[in-house]
Amino acid sequence: MSDIWSAFGRALGLIASLDANLFAIIGLSLKVSFTAVALAAAIGLPLGAAVAVFRFPGRGAVAAFLNALMGLPPVVVGLLVYLMLSRAGPLGVLGLLFTPTAMIVAQCLLVVPIVAALTRQAVEDLWREYAEQLRSLGAGPGRAWRTLLWDARFTLATVVLAGFGRAIAEVGAVMIVGGNIDHVTRVMTTAIALETSKGDLELALGLGTVLIALSFTVSGAAQAVKDRAQGRAG
Amino acid sequence: MRAVASILPLVLDNVVFAVGAARLIDGLSFTLDRGPRTVILGPNGAGKSLTLRLCHGLIAPGAGRLTWRGDGGAVSPARRQAMVFQSPVMLRRSALANVVYGLAVNGVARRRRRDLAMAALDRVGLANLAERSARALSTGEQQRLALARAWALRPEVLFLDEPTANLDPAATRAVEAIIDAVHGSGTKIVMTTHDLAQARRLADEVLFLHHGRLVERAPAEAFFNRPVSPEARAFIKGELLW
Repeated sequence: MSDIWSAFGRALGLIASLDANLFAIIGLSLKVSFTAVALAAAIGLPLGAAVAVFRFPGRGAVAAFLNALMGLPPVVVGLLVYLMLSRAGPLGVLGLLFTPTAMIVAQCLLVVPIVAALTRQAVEDLWREYAEQLRSLGAGPGRAWRTLLWDARFTLATVVLAGFGRAIAEVGAVMIVGGNIDHVTRVMTTAIALETSKGDLELALGLGTVLIALSFTVSGAAQAVKDRAQGRAG
Repeated sequence: MRAVASILPLVLDNVVFAVGAARLIDGLSFTLDRGPRTVILGPNGAGKSLTLRLCHGLIAPGAGRLTWRGDGGAVSPARRQAMVFQSPVMLRRSALANVVYGLAVNGVARRRRRDLAMAALDRVGLANLAERSARALSTGEQQRLALARAWALRPEVLFLDEPTANLDPAATRAVEAIIDAVHGSGTKIVMTTHDLAQARRLADEVLFLHHGRLVERAPAEAFFNRPVSPEARAFIKGELLW
């Protein structure tokens, strides 16, 4: 027990001393996950709303498929992206394996189903409330799709946040496609896994503390923004 | 008066709407023409709301026909009518933006929307609340906003489904005054209510529905003073119908 506390104390020391190595890892984590989530939101929000609003054959199957994909194991996604990007793979010529770009792609693939599936649910609920009113005003499906995306914005902010939580916390996918290369593709989760196995509990705990603090900060900030905006728009 | 050709009359011919085996609307036939304020009266479950939704095109009849005179002509009947619901949906934006939205959907040029919307809010006495979030308005203000949103479209026909059912007397009075003003501007009013007193105040003619059928239709004065059908007589006397 005392080992843990002393490791914890030295971990806080690392953070307080603004350790360059530590902050490089944190910076890359944020860059990769923010980019991945931004891309995933750009794809998943319109996609989920479209499945909710537009009537097309196989709509129910698509919705069920999105729900199922929410539980994709990160290591499997990592493996698939690895196969695509490896030298022998179809996209091998791009030379993206073991780069931050590959990590962004993998996290994006993990987050898109979460954003799309939760968006579909939220927009479908709102659509039930809005359908007759919007049709009465003369809105077609395309207009309804845009209107619902906007009017569901507070719920959708939480949806995107859930996606960010998934991205920043996952290890398997970035480990496989990034390779955990020091100063190149090492992020918080892969570093924690590595340092723990090496026995460097200080750095692992320091990173763990920062990871948790970051999750709290991001969701707290998003909640505050949402509350303020919701207070104004009702 | 109107430059555009009228979409009225609306003719319902033996219209049926059924859910499973239950014929909720059971062979409705009537004609709605320009002029009088038509009030569709009847107890709960008579099919008043369904009748309005059928007329407005929100649901399709299982059998029978609804025909607007404008059908097949140059005017699109769908765009010349509007509806105000018992519990209107307020979009999550300002009161003004709610009215602007309706105008935008109906293809009003962007530069004209704001002025038209402000004028519509002014007519229902909400100009001072234009920038307020629509969802933060009181129930009565929301219903007036719904009326402004519908009225701004300059519909030839305005359907109103129990527009004051959730409102207190003061808000009811305000809404009824607006309905009168809409009527005065040349819009045909078709409204449902289960409130006898309101029907007396607003109706020029009454369609009395019971169990999804049209039981009686008469000018308001005749309906209230000399009802013909036993159901209407009982309803006016305040007896319970089922």
